[in-house]
Amino acid sequence: MAAGNYAETEFGDFHRRLMILRVGLLLVVALLGLRLWHLQVREGPYYRDLSENNRTRQVLLEPARGLIYDRHGVLLANNVPSFSLYVTLEEVKDRELLIGQLSELLGLDPALIRKKLTAKGGKLLPRKVKDRMTLRDAVLIESHRLELPGVMVQVESQRNYPGGVIAAHLLGYVGEVSAEQLEKPEFSGLHQGSVVGQYGVEKSFDRHVRGQAGQKHVEVDAHGNEKQEVVVEQPQAGNDLYLTIDVRLQKVAEDLLGLEYGAIVALDPTNGDILAMASRPGFDPNVLSRELTPKQWVEIVQDEGRPLNNRASQGQYPPGSTFKVPMAVAALETKTMAPSSTVSCNGGYQFGNRLYHDWKASGHGAVALHEALVHSCDVYFYTVGQRMGIDTMAEYGKEFGLGQSTGVELPSERTGIMPSTAWKEKAKNAPWLPGETISAAIGQGYVTVTPLQMASLIGTVANNGVNYRPRLVRAVMDRTIGNLQELPAVPRGKVKAKPETFRLVKEALAEVVTKGTATRAKSSLVTIGGKTGTAQVAALRTGPEENIPKKFRDHAWFVAFAPVESPTIAVAVLAEHMGHGGAAAAPLAKELIETYIKLTSPAVTADDSTAKPARRAPEPL
Amino acid sequence: MIDRLTEARGFDNFDLRYVGLILAILGLGVLSIHSVTHDQQGGIAPYYLKQLIWIGLGAAAFLVMWVWDYHSLARLAYPAYALVLLMLLFVLFEGRASKGAQRWIALGPFTFQPSEFAKLVLILVLAHYYSKAPRVGWLQRVIMPGLLMLPGLLLILKQPDLGSGLSFVAVYAAMLLMVGVRSQALGVMLLFSVMLFPFAWEGVWGSLHDYQRQRIMAFVDPDYDPGGKGYHALQSKIAIGSGELTGKGLFGGTQSQLKFLPEGHTDFVFAVFAEEWGFLGVLVLLALFVALIWLSLEIASKAKDQLGALLAVGIVSMLCFCVVVNIGMTAGMFPIVGIPLPLVSYGGSATIMTMASLGLLLNVKRRRLSLFY
Repeated sequence: MAAGNYAETEFGDFHRRLMILRVGLLLVVALLGLRLWHLQVREGPYYRDLSENNRTRQVLLEPARGLIYDRHGVLLANNVPSFSLYVTLEEVKDRELLIGQLSELLGLDPALIRKKLTAKGGKLLPRKVKDRMTLRDAVLIESHRLELPGVMVQVESQRNYPGGVIAAHLLGYVGEVSAEQLEKPEFSGLHQGSVVGQYGVEKSFDRHVRGQAGQKHVEVDAHGNEKQEVVVEQPQAGNDLYLTIDVRLQKVAEDLLGLEYGAIVALDPTNGDILAMASRPGFDPNVLSRELTPKQWVEIVQDEGRPLNNRASQGQYPPGSTFKVPMAVAALETKTMAPSSTVSCNGGYQFGNRLYHDWKASGHGAVALHEALVHSCDVYFYTVGQRMGIDTMAEYGKEFGLGQSTGVELPSERTGIMPSTAWKEKAKNAPWLPGETISAAIGQGYVTVTPLQMASLIGTVANNGVNYRPRLVRAVMDRTIGNLQELPAVPRGKVKAKPETFRLVKEALAEVVTKGTATRAKSSLVTIGGKTGTAQVAALRTGPEENIPKKFRDHAWFVAFAPVESPTIAVAVLAEHMGHGGAAAAPLAKELIETYIKLTSPAVTADDSTAKPARRAPEPL
Repeated sequence: MIDRLTEARGFDNFDLRYVGLILAILGLGVLSIHSVTHDQQGGIAPYYLKQLIWIGLGAAAFLVMWVWDYHSLARLAYPAYALVLLMLLFVLFEGRASKGAQRWIALGPFTFQPSEFAKLVLILVLAHYYSKAPRVGWLQRVIMPGLLMLPGLLLILKQPDLGSGLSFVAVYAAMLLMVGVRSQALGVMLLFSVMLFPFAWEGVWGSLHDYQRQRIMAFVDPDYDPGGKGYHALQSKIAIGSGELTGKGLFGGTQSQLKFLPEGHTDFVFAVFAEEWGFLGVLVLLALFVALIWLSLEIASKAKDQLGALLAVGIVSMLCFCVVVNIGMTAGMFPIVGIPLPLVSYGGSATIMTMASLGLLLNVKRRRLSLFY
């Protein structure tokens, strides 16, 4: 390239090169334009969402759970305000740092916080990390708010049971919905941290009581300062429940058991309303509705007395002599025995090469059905069972609801066992042995029942065979429309037996109390009919009762109804390891029945102001 | 007589389209600055008012550069470069620390950014160098001007101001392209760069400050975000994207109004603009810039001499580079390097220097008619 023509060629070239610059510029600007079109038009809505999420924090408004009242409107479960700690992961810069800060400020287990923060769920939705915070903790968190991005304290309602342990098994308790529960369809629409019923009526009526969560959007700036609040959806309070129980009767039932283990069920045989259902030992649902540490939980679950077990609906015991009630009905109905046919009892019953003892070693002499019931003669019923056969017994047992669930609205009800040849074939894969029929005839051997089943059974007898499904909720108050919906009693059918049969059996049961095995249940206030039972725990007994360790002592049963003429209450009492039913269980039933009669008789209610219904709620029923 | 005629012609050619475009872009900038800062304290005066003052000073600079014959201006190139180097050295040792970077010289209540001044001086130096005498051979065409530029570049990188440093290299590359580099020489240079890169990388990476490395890492993987490195880039993308087609309206940009987007009035003003005016607004702003650059290239192509043409190319390539890189970085296409959007971002030094260079550009147009006299 010669120096002379440098400028000329250079300048000529210059315009060509400038073209390159122009084309390059246009290309680059087109590229920018495309990128911006992609961001703003194609992905615009996505970024619009992100910017909305940036500035608005979704806050769930937990609904207030429906209230629970007893049949007269006495409050059993309500809600009290409490502080909950929420964390929005989206705003958390350093998760581990936050875990450290929170565990230090609140004294929580870091592993527990980590578990909550790593649980499945969105980053934008605040998740509950702690509930029932003390005011001190809440203030502490608020004062450190600037150092804790993504953390907020929310006031929400917390379940509260003013009565403490009263009716605990029946009311149940609430807790955070578990990860497994969230997978199930009945918990759809809930989210981590939602509170649901985990036991008792709280669980079985959760859908009614739960309510519906609302939502509010809080506009915040980049520093988390709240600018304004918009409520998108108001939370809807759950529906109120009116239970069938009378809390005064419930209290008496629980006090009667005291420190002993056992269960008492009282129901109205004319409609199945459960008036009281006590199970001991009990628990405080306020404690269980809180978040328990794994250690606390293990302590409760491994408690020897199994306090979480509702012995009334989940405890399965041999019915002992109380089983003679359906046996008596079966004997008359199948004409295995005429009312006047007698059996001679000399204190034992020889079958094959084994002697089956009567509880009274000296024997009852010649007894017909009436005396056999009144004095609970075992030999009479051995004979009946032997003649009738196990399958006929099972047929009548099932008529009275044994071996099947009563359908009460409580979770995990147990059915007990009403054995039959088919049952044994299926369950034990062995043929029925004739000797087993003899044991079953007096409610031992394979037969097991729950106290609730026995209360229902004696109620059915009292009601001349008409049976209602035991129920716990008599009305639901719909909060949204303010409508009190009464639930009708649910008939469960009728035991196929003649009225005469029931009359004879009830007559005998009345005499059990007046001069039979349950004279300690005799009341000056009301006529009571009933049947004692003693469920054998250990097969062999030697020596006097006091020498036997308590855990091998017999369970005491008493099933009763009153007044005999037109029964309004049926009761089943089971006292674990308390020995003879007539001595241990019958007095409890008497107390309970007398209380009920006092509570319902107009003369008494008149001077008992607490008996007036609807102390808190509008007159519901 | 001739001189006076020239002057008169010059005033005739005070290009109103050109000035109109500049004013339009400045106006949009002031609106966006006001929108982001209207509810915050800006010291002695609101930001938009201060920006208007800078624009006034910029207009004065524009007129001075327009009137001052660029030939005599170019003769001051080397002394001015020496002054710039001194100022950069001063900044290095005495400069006020601002966000970990030392870029400012305090002048009473104001601060002055020498690197902005350096950009214009560099263009002058390179244009002056190439126009002075025929430069033959790759040593004179490539290596010498490169060495000339190097002290300024190193001092700016040391500040550290990656954006200004890169714009230096860009102007140098554009000038090289314009004066024409034989493909052989270019090839050798590229080959050397590629070969040296692995060795240079450690030095370059090692010399970067933590926040610079983090910004680059955040660009490579914006979703990997343990310490909020990608926060800035992400918020900027959210701001732009959420503007959608028509925008959220003036003062309606939640990203910037609620301060999710930091530096909304300076380096990230484009994101604010895009959020509030939408894609349609963006198209208008891009069109204004393209028109301005197009007119500037027009001026370059019609310059009467090599010096004028090279000055014009230097200025327009600087403008181009800053616009493209700024928009590219706010839109998440490039790493965040801290380059303001010319004429739009808030800032005294940058506004005044950009307007001064545009005045110089118009100066080139004005002088081109003197060819005929």
